[in-house]
Amino acid sequence: MHSKIFESYQSNDRSSLIPLLQDVQNIYGYLPENALRDISDFVKVPLSRVYGVATFYNQFRLTPLGKNIIRVCRGTACHVKNSANILFALETELGITAGQTTRDKNFTLEVVNCIGACSIAPVILVNDDYHGRITVKDIPKILKKYQTVNKTETAEATK
Amino acid sequence: MKDFNQLCCEKCWHTTEKPCEHFIQCCTEGPLCHHDEKCKQEISSLRKRLKYEEHDKPIIMIGMGTCGLASGAAKVKEAIEAELKKLNLEAVIEGTGCIGYCAVEPIVDIKLPGKDRISYQEITVKDVPRFIKTTLVDNEIYKEKLLGSHGKSNGVVNLKQVPFFEHQHKIVLANCGVVNPDSIDAYLANGGFKAFDKVLRLMKQEDVIKEVLDSGLRGRGGGGFPTGKKWELALKQKSDQKYLICNADEGDPGAFMDRSLLESDPFRVLEGMAIAAYTIGASVAYIYCRAEYPLAIERLKNSIAKCEEYGILGDNILNTGYSLHIKIKKGAGAFVCGEETALIGSIEGKRGMPKPRPPYPSNAGLFGKPTVINNVETYANVPPVIMMGAQKFASIGTVKSKGTKVFALSGNVKNTGLVEVPMGTTLRDIVFKIGGGIPDKKEFKAVQIGGPSGGCLPDSVIDTPVDYDSLREVGAMMGSGGFVVMDEETCIVDVAKYFLTFIQEESCGKCVPCREGTKRMLEIIERIPKRYGTDGNKLDQLQRFKGMIHLQRLADVIKDTSLCGLGQSAPNPVLSGLRYFRHEYEEHLYDRKCSAGVCKELLTFTIDNELCTGCGICVKKCAAEAIVGEKGQAHYILDNKCIKCGMCYEVCRFKAININ
Repeated sequence: MHSKIFESYQSNDRSSLIPLLQDVQNIYGYLPENALRDISDFVKVPLSRVYGVATFYNQFRLTPLGKNIIRVCRGTACHVKNSANILFALETELGITAGQTTRDKNFTLEVVNCIGACSIAPVILVNDDYHGRITVKDIPKILKKYQTVNKTETAEATK
Repeated sequence: MKDFNQLCCEKCWHTTEKPCEHFIQCCTEGPLCHHDEKCKQEISSLRKRLKYEEHDKPIIMIGMGTCGLASGAAKVKEAIEAELKKLNLEAVIEGTGCIGYCAVEPIVDIKLPGKDRISYQEITVKDVPRFIKTTLVDNEIYKEKLLGSHGKSNGVVNLKQVPFFEHQHKIVLANCGVVNPDSIDAYLANGGFKAFDKVLRLMKQEDVIKEVLDSGLRGRGGGGFPTGKKWELALKQKSDQKYLICNADEGDPGAFMDRSLLESDPFRVLEGMAIAAYTIGASVAYIYCRAEYPLAIERLKNSIAKCEEYGILGDNILNTGYSLHIKIKKGAGAFVCGEETALIGSIEGKRGMPKPRPPYPSNAGLFGKPTVINNVETYANVPPVIMMGAQKFASIGTVKSKGTKVFALSGNVKNTGLVEVPMGTTLRDIVFKIGGGIPDKKEFKAVQIGGPSGGCLPDSVIDTPVDYDSLREVGAMMGSGGFVVMDEETCIVDVAKYFLTFIQEESCGKCVPCREGTKRMLEIIERIPKRYGTDGNKLDQLQRFKGMIHLQRLADVIKDTSLCGLGQSAPNPVLSGLRYFRHEYEEHLYDRKCSAGVCKELLTFTIDNELCTGCGICVKKCAAEAIVGEKGQAHYILDNKCIKCGMCYEVCRFKAININ
């Protein structure tokens, strides 16, 4: 599945390592082991080094993601506006801690340092939708929106 | 003519493959190689159309930066489109960047033919039908949501007189939110690339450096190194290949200047980079941008492609023989990559870890070649420096800090957004005059400036002027421009804990003082509010005081011995806290109190029997099962079970939860 990606890169060029990892993660949502091996062969960098890079950067993950990704901004402006509570509420609501995926694989909860939307703090990002100026009370409503969307989707799929 | 790349008549021969050296001049002054009234007319009418001076249909401009989109600008756009269709009206809809006043997004501008452009604030989907009817059908002003006019006012307040804009001086942000960021033609029509054109045709490399040196422009990324000096060092190096890098890895939490600039005026950044690259003789340039800014990356990609199409970037730029290729590198989420040597490592495909300097990047940088790295805002300052001239630029600002600085104003302040002020403006002016003060009648407590490398400045030093040296004197630093306002409900100990947690997570782990030192510091700070049960573990309490005694010394060691700027400035939030808010630390230590009500471990939660209706919502939300009570009866919190998360306080609709 990821072999096509290599076409647009030059072999043996270490500087394309990070873009390659990013592209692979775009396909799978995470970095599978065999993809890391292929990348290592392609850029001619030992697998240990590839692993080193993949674990250094926050963006890369080695485990699969849930259907919906919730990113809680923990930037300074959000912190001052009590994003710690937002995170805590999400954690209790979903029954997981930051960095984990719910058992039904519906939600992954992540913490990001700053998504640069400080003016509407506190912010959470669900998939690509920004939810700004939220309070703890809004959280069940937001989660519900994504749960129902998925239910109808699966209902349609089973038809 | 549809755009500038189109030939006016057969006498014009400008193409991407064979660009004309007078192309940019041509865009602003009409055809130069031949005299033809018709061509002149055509180019000038295109220019006027792009500057919105001459058009037959109404133009609707919607702020589509990240802040606008987050406030629902996309939905408003859809609603406007639908409404226009319904009413059978014709209008041009354009997306612009962010004008800076993020607090009142989505901002929608209406420009009727022959009239002034008028901005409206906080337009929601609900407003749209009446908004469109009032402005486009009745040709009147939609007074409820009026923000201001861009032109001479006819009874409408001019934007420049709106308090938020009144004290600003826009040089870098001049185009933001005004000019369509997707259109290179609009940028050209508004005088874009003129500086690059001037440099290419009329100036030698040394002249550019002299101009930038004389202007007193200093790096806007935080360090404040003179930009001209940096370029001079790189120019003097003899090498077959030199590189230029634009640092757009804005990892500083609470800062979004670079994002906004890249989203709202990407061409200006490219122009600044092109001038810098020409000056030092670099033929390849990189923009290292955070992956968290998808819109900025998208707009940059589009802008680079457009510039190449127009022959402004690429091979043989404007037939001068000079070639420049700009590539985008996406960051992968590491704060330390904002440090220049770490950033270079990251582009090379390594773990982003800083290296000891010297050698400085201007000697041996990317792939071992001479490299210049500047921040987005620094590059955006270059075209104005060239166009205004060094003297005029240097007349703005203070003795040692010239020009303006963009700040991302956020936190507990009424008018959040992006502001650009001349150096030397006081912090008070930014918070109270531009920011409009603290909302909800709360007291001002501090302003956090410079992100994790900066410090919290209290009321007593709020009259400090904004410049590199004054800020350093009071224990903060310019940083990249994060400006977070804090009110009385912010706890300084908690803020120090927050920044240390951040630094601790983001420390790359290469040098010991930063890796271990910040961890120990965090442990000391974390111990301050901790409760040790009712029996009170004496040893732990002893540790708490012992830690505080060593805190200052530990901070000094980290500051003196860390490898890179991240570590060297890591203790700043704690040091500035100890300097200005020692009483707050002492209150936490001795009185075991947090008067801001943030350090939850020091709080007790109780339920007011009279206000509690027994609805039971707090019981449901309590993660620790610490709330008991029958439905319809007043509830009670078990203190020994309570984990002080504050969830019951947040969800209670009757304000029955008391915090002491």
